Amino acid sequence: MSASVVSGSKAGSATPIGASADEGPGLSRALANLRMAPRRLFQTMFRSGPPRSDRSRSSFVFGNVFLHLHSVRVHRWTLRWSATAGLGVLTVAAFLIALVTGVLLMFYYKPYPEVAYLSMKDIHFVVPTGRFIRNVHRWSANIMVVGVLLHMARVFYTAGYRAPREFNWIIGMALLVVTLGLSFTGYLLPWDQLAYWAITIGANIAQSPREVTDALGITASFDPGGFQRLLLLGSDTVGEEALIRFYLLHVMVLPLALLALLSVHMWRVRKDGGIVRPVDADRRLAPVGADTYPVFTQAPQKTYQLAAVVRGRSAEVGNGPENTVPAMPHLFYAEAAVFMFTVLVCVVWALFQDAPLKELANPAVPENPAKAPWYFLGLQELVAFSAFMGGIGIPGIVMLGIGLIPFLEREHEGTGDWFGGPGGGRLVLGSIVYGLAAVVAVEAFAIHFGWIRQWWVAAPQLLITAINPGTVLTVLYAGYSIAMIRRYNSTRAGAVGLFTCFLCGFLVLTVIGTHFRGPNWEFYWSPALWPEH
Amino acid sequence: MTVKPHTSAEVAKASRLDEEPIPRRDFLGKAALWSGASAMFLAVLGIARLPRAAVLPSPSKKYRVTLPATLADGSAFIPPGRSVAIVRDAEGLYAISTVCTHLGCIVKHTQEGFECPCHGSRFGGDGHVVRGPAPKPLAWLAVQDTGGGTIMIDEGKVVTAGTKVKVA
Repeated sequence: MSASVVSGSKAGSATPIGASADEGPGLSRALANLRMAPRRLFQTMFRSGPPRSDRSRSSFVFGNVFLHLHSVRVHRWTLRWSATAGLGVLTVAAFLIALVTGVLLMFYYKPYPEVAYLSMKDIHFVVPTGRFIRNVHRWSANIMVVGVLLHMARVFYTAGYRAPREFNWIIGMALLVVTLGLSFTGYLLPWDQLAYWAITIGANIAQSPREVTDALGITASFDPGGFQRLLLLGSDTVGEEALIRFYLLHVMVLPLALLALLSVHMWRVRKDGGIVRPVDADRRLAPVGADTYPVFTQAPQKTYQLAAVVRGRSAEVGNGPENTVPAMPHLFYAEAAVFMFTVLVCVVWALFQDAPLKELANPAVPENPAKAPWYFLGLQELVAFSAFMGGIGIPGIVMLGIGLIPFLEREHEGTGDWFGGPGGGRLVLGSIVYGLAAVVAVEAFAIHFGWIRQWWVAAPQLLITAINPGTVLTVLYAGYSIAMIRRYNSTRAGAVGLFTCFLCGFLVLTVIGTHFRGPNWEFYWSPALWPEH
Repeated sequence: MTVKPHTSAEVAKASRLDEEPIPRRDFLGKAALWSGASAMFLAVLGIARLPRAAVLPSPSKKYRVTLPATLADGSAFIPPGRSVAIVRDAEGLYAISTVCTHLGCIVKHTQEGFECPCHGSRFGGDGHVVRGPAPKPLAWLAVQDTGGGTIMIDEGKVVTAGTKVKVA
């Protein structure tokens, strides 16, 4: 006991509280201990006392299993809004909101076909605040998807994937996949028409390697597509087995995977020397403000201050952390602000717009058009030409390309600056123009003239699998990236070209899938022009 | 290579700094590693059987259908709740699956054939692809005359296109 009191801080208990209670009759000692119990519980929870000195601010962070994912001190560069725009924290906040509201929804949701739909109706109309909580859950999931994508774009355009952060880029990609998986599995649970047919399409995309194995005539002996579909659905059709699988993935497997990956992701940020910043960040920052708590308040021989020297490759390493501030309160208050902002957006959105719920799933009549959640509609647009390429081939190529970026691009110029590196902002603008023009041209051609099967009905399927708008676009983008590498003699320029084109393609295909596709996946200028059916 | 000590005297003389002649620990370590790895491998093989139950909980694929009293030539009869179109023409009766070969939506029977609401695939009256993205023609299913104006359809059994059954 006495040891913990000593190792506690000067702030909390200068004199050992237990001293008087150690003497006297047993009963009065017990009573005195009982009186002290709440205070001692608090002290043993937070040994360092209130964060009022540099030392207790540090131990506030590294003495806490959750907070110590962050470093004790953060560089002032990372705390500027322009460095990160708070996008990573926004995503985490949206996840936490979805986690809490999701647990609340689980009290009423019943994962069995038809019953599931009725329980959704109950949540909507009978459960007090049920509709609001479901809305918050749905919209926070949307914010999470947008947040992941924007955060990824921020890391890319500030070249934050460069050494030593390559591995964290890969972890980030895994987090993107898990996030999309969470959204996809959650989409089935209401068991309405929209959900049922989106999942039918999704499961058949999983089966789409058959497009290739059928064309080669080897499906009977080698059928990865059929296996994937069976793994997902547990049956031939979307039914009770599929629902319980999606439910399990949605409430248990994927959230746990996400939490594990997220912990590694945030801890690696700390281990990799904090958020990426330019080599000369210290020089470019304004002098430390008078309101900022100084770093070296005592002689710098205190060992705990060594913990503040972060790893890095800049000449500033070894000079001491003059431009860093304690994570508590500077970083944590900023994070709390982003968290509150996210909560606010979710709450306001949930008050004004209800999450969609269509009629009960009907396996005999497809929804027309049957649309996946919006972030998959870009893929659905490609799937409308070739199921395998649009659903598996192109996403695989894109993930491979994005994953290879930190290993193919090993330059140093422009690290930590927005649009840094050769070409700079002009290259990004040029890539946007090219990326938009290419995807609009390919789509306009395919919409206006149709594709191979419309001109030549007997075309072999492998030809269409190989040549379709998705693959044409991929080749156009890859070619542009190679041209940029040669033009600027820089791999960074190639990466910027590729990533910018990917974002443009994703955006345009998503907009077309969401807004311009109607019944029978025909092109319409506006949903108002859809025929009655 | 060090000479292996054989007698106990040689063993005693060997310095502790010399390499151990028989890397027993290595052997035990490797044995543990490999038995662990093979146990994992076999366990994964066993688990791989888990996703597919011996009986799938989907509705029966073989069922009897009572034909409507009048089924005009060329028009399709779709049994309620089933994804199959039963068509009669001069040569006989046949059943075409209405599950699109693209992504599994249910196609609609029209004058010209079938059309898919999900991605605009079109099929002719006999199920052949007229317009993409469907990669394959619609499947023809096995039909069996069970007498009394009823037929038995087996969705699990695909027959070659053009197989028609005479039904009284």
